Amino acid sequence: MTLTLPLILFYLFAVVLVISSLVVISCRNMVIAILFLILAFINASALFVLLGAEFLAMLLIVVYVGAIAVMFLFVVMMLDIDLKITQEINRKRPIFILISAILFFEVLTLTRFSTVKFYETKTLYPINLEITNVESLGKVLYTDFILPFQIAGAILFVAMIGAIILTLKDEVRFIRKQQISQQIARNKANSLEIVKVKINSGINL
Amino acid sequence: MTIINGIDQSNFVNLSALLFCIAISGIFLNRKNVISLLMSIELMLLSININFVAFSVYLQDILGQVFAIFILTVAGAEAAIGLAILVVYYQNSRSIAIEEISSLKG
Repeated sequence: MTLTLPLILFYLFAVVLVISSLVVISCRNMVIAILFLILAFINASALFVLLGAEFLAMLLIVVYVGAIAVMFLFVVMMLDIDLKITQEINRKRPIFILISAILFFEVLTLTRFSTVKFYETKTLYPINLEITNVESLGKVLYTDFILPFQIAGAILFVAMIGAIILTLKDEVRFIRKQQISQQIARNKANSLEIVKVKINSGINL
Repeated sequence: MTIINGIDQSNFVNLSALLFCIAISGIFLNRKNVISLLMSIELMLLSININFVAFSVYLQDILGQVFAIFILTVAGAEAAIGLAILVVYYQNSRSIAIEEISSLKG
């Protein structure tokens, strides 16, 4: 196997991606873990550029780095988490590492010793190399996939409303809930007022 | 497996599997920290995205990238809701230790 420039770039990005994800799962300091998560996302988007999926690469940076990672950082800094809970050592740690290592080597065996030399699949939406990646994605996404696209928008909308409803404090100004004690305490004396109206002058309420 | 740009496709599949296994072991190891769990889930979704995009490019079919966009959407929604639940729980109990979250156990 000859080392071409794309292969060298692939190994560079892949190694940094794996190392930074290892730091993410092992770092005690949450802020540093999130910064390494951002590094992992940026390396993954570089891999996407290498593959020729430019739109998804840019989307990964915008969505993951710009929104999700910043939201994680915001929550971690807002909560001021007690780090004592992470200091205890998990006694079953070797078993868990063994399980995921077995899983990885099974997949490795499959890809290494696979006898499948080609895929007998019918290409449903072939990539047209004469137009850009964004254009070919949009031609599929806005025609045949318009219904899943709208549902994805609805999912995001529901998530936004759910997050707002969950984190909003119980202020009377925003949320109108049933106050049962107030309803029971209500009687004729504190709710009804009988006013004698004078003719031609009206009343001041 | 086909080769594009001098890179074998099995490279991407192996990388994605390795990332997924790292994320799984992260879920196993950091069971006491909810934010670590959420970050491990984001890593798993990222590895699945890498798999989808690699197969999309190597099979010359745009469908995988469309699915990757939907996975991104769901990942964003999941992170938003999860962190909102976390903030509300912290406001109520002043702690996010998972082992103390047992009030629904009955």
